[in-house]
Amino acid sequence: MLKQIEGSHAMAEAIALCRPEVICAYPITPQTHIVEGLAEMVRDGHLNDCEYINVESEFAALSVGIGSSAAGARTYTATSSQGLLFMMEAVYNASGLGLPIVMTLGNRAIGAPINIWNDHSDAMSVRDAGWIMLFAETNQEAVDLHIQAFKLAEELSCPVMVNVDGFILTHAVERVDIPSQEQVDAFLPPFDPVQSVDPAKPMSIGAMVGPEAFMEVRYLAHHKQMRALERIPAMAEEYKAIFGRESGGLIRSYRCEDAETVVVAMGSVIGTLKDMVDEMREAGAKIGVVSICSFRPFPLDDVRQALLDAHRVVVVEKALAVGMGGVLASHVRMALRGHPTRVYTLIAGLGGRPILKSSLKDFMARAAAEPHYDVHFLDLKEDLVSAEIRRMDAVRRAGPIAENVLRRLGPNAQTVL
Amino acid sequence: MSKPIDNQTVKFYQTGTLTVGNRLLDPEQRTVQASAERTNAITCGHRACQGCGEALGARYALDAAMRATDGQLICVNATGCLEVFTTPYPETSWQVSWLHSLFGNAAAVASGVAAAQRVKKRPQVRVIAQGGDGGTTDIGFGCLSGMFERNDDVLYICYDNEGYMNTGVQRSSATPGGARTATTPAVGEAPGNVFGTGKNVPLIAMAHNIPYVATASVADLHDLEAKATKAMSIRGARYLHVMVPCPLGWGSAAHDTIKLARLAMESGFFPLFEAEHGVVTSSRAIRRKVPVIEYLKPQKRFAHLFKPDNPHGSEALARLQAQADENCRRFNLLRDEGAV
Repeated sequence: MLKQIEGSHAMAEAIALCRPEVICAYPITPQTHIVEGLAEMVRDGHLNDCEYINVESEFAALSVGIGSSAAGARTYTATSSQGLLFMMEAVYNASGLGLPIVMTLGNRAIGAPINIWNDHSDAMSVRDAGWIMLFAETNQEAVDLHIQAFKLAEELSCPVMVNVDGFILTHAVERVDIPSQEQVDAFLPPFDPVQSVDPAKPMSIGAMVGPEAFMEVRYLAHHKQMRALERIPAMAEEYKAIFGRESGGLIRSYRCEDAETVVVAMGSVIGTLKDMVDEMREAGAKIGVVSICSFRPFPLDDVRQALLDAHRVVVVEKALAVGMGGVLASHVRMALRGHPTRVYTLIAGLGGRPILKSSLKDFMARAAAEPHYDVHFLDLKEDLVSAEIRRMDAVRRAGPIAENVLRRLGPNAQTVL
Repeated sequence: MSKPIDNQTVKFYQTGTLTVGNRLLDPEQRTVQASAERTNAITCGHRACQGCGEALGARYALDAAMRATDGQLICVNATGCLEVFTTPYPETSWQVSWLHSLFGNAAAVASGVAAAQRVKKRPQVRVIAQGGDGGTTDIGFGCLSGMFERNDDVLYICYDNEGYMNTGVQRSSATPGGARTATTPAVGEAPGNVFGTGKNVPLIAMAHNIPYVATASVADLHDLEAKATKAMSIRGARYLHVMVPCPLGWGSAAHDTIKLARLAMESGFFPLFEAEHGVVTSSRAIRRKVPVIEYLKPQKRFAHLFKPDNPHGSEALARLQAQADENCRRFNLLRDEGAV
């Protein structure tokens, strides 16, 4: 059913259609509206046979989820940013135990400085935690990916994290087609766990494993992800057959035929990039976009095939590996290893900085002349940065950087650009 | 002329020992371990140290809970000695459904398991979470308090050996004042653990107004069984704090585990009591109070307190004695109950 609806509430409705049995909730901006929406549906009887648990921390949220999932209940939780970091130990544990929990990550920056706005720093901090990580481009896709996530998680007995850009998606009101219960039931079978703690058939889960088998257990986790590489595109096809929509898959290419420049990105910024590509194509530029939907498993072969014919690849990413550069860009370089394509790292949108089409176009226009091995920062206020560097070099007690930078901005501190 | 048998007072123990006269008890009061029907929740062959109080306490508590629930039990374990010595891959000592996740989240994981039983409409399946004092009073404390305040249907059992024994005997917030650990060495101005620190988790549990809180000891296994059984007859969040001496961490003889637990109890240093909804409802009276030094002296972790060249030794011993005396007062342990 078509609805004009906030992204978070659309996701809450999609999750409810998946008939979750245990939902653990702890508030953190910007995911909060999702668990609020679910709380309402549990209370007013729209979502039956579901235990909704208000916990005392994100660490407890996922820990309760580990217990309920291990006991055979379909389990959902959501978090963001600092919350994800606070539950980090349980994030690794859930995947290590092979528990098919679905979690929404409302992507947000990580402090300090504290910042509640969108980027992908949180997701990148758990990139090696053993979860399948999907990125939604639109709220429609966010809805669809959650439904696919439960099926994928339970088939592989592996947790799935659905990444949605904080505010840009979670708080955006737009048209979303909410599937019917019949459609979801036809797509998603009841949860049939591969393992569960059950007094009728006692087993021990969570044993200590030493050097004699730890590597093999980890290998099998990798194996699951490799299997997901096959299942994700197949599942997108199955989804299309029932719901009539293209959603999910590993990667998607947009106007990449004959493209000399291909931009690679994840999440909602793809919308801006498509608009940019349309305009630049109008003007005669040969440019396209590849969006990565599945970051874990990372589809190296698909990415390589999609980029082989490009002269240059610009990876636009909302995270900075401090002291290194780009995370996604490193993955793309890995995909293109041995191939002469120039790969640019363009860090953009950190801490909610808007990613402007005009700035992107400027960069694309001059990319050919830029050194591709450097890390580029979109719309970095270079005067601000160099002034603070001078200050730090000159004064030992230079004080806190964040406050200094804000003071320097002065009355303009409230204007983002 | 002898008294008729039905007027004779039945004593549950012999003078000087706590041996339960099992055959004199009504069948339902007899110890679970004496029954051929016991479930052996933890089988032999695990790798606990000789004289381990925790292995003993867990065995008695869980077998009692298994009987109380007719075997419909799921156990969640925090990381720690009990977890490590029972499940070296691929072996397991557990004959009960058992789940280990992390060090600090056993109470939350158990909440999740309990939630799954509710949603699956299996009210007969009950949940126990268990951990050592480190996993309970320190790193797992947030999750424990959360489980309490939500009144989740979980019995949490803390096996308290007063330190991080699995990692090599470091101080926890359950370590008593003066005790030597690897992180409170017996050197310097005030040797051993700092006095005036630490927390009393049974009392904190009571402050959550949960239906049942009790302390127990491996010195009185029948009492431990009874409390575990009682806990399983109640719904909601419950807490059982069991003193389990650790020969390795305490520097005591393996054969002294029960003796030390008994001296802790009989000196008042570790009081046994029950509380319901935040109110103490019973305590175990001390028959013959012993001085705390009798409990402390056989333990190497307190040896420095007895050295004549330690200028703070006698003051420390006096403070420990004062703690025991305060427990006796607070929980009314010295009342004269006469023959039971």
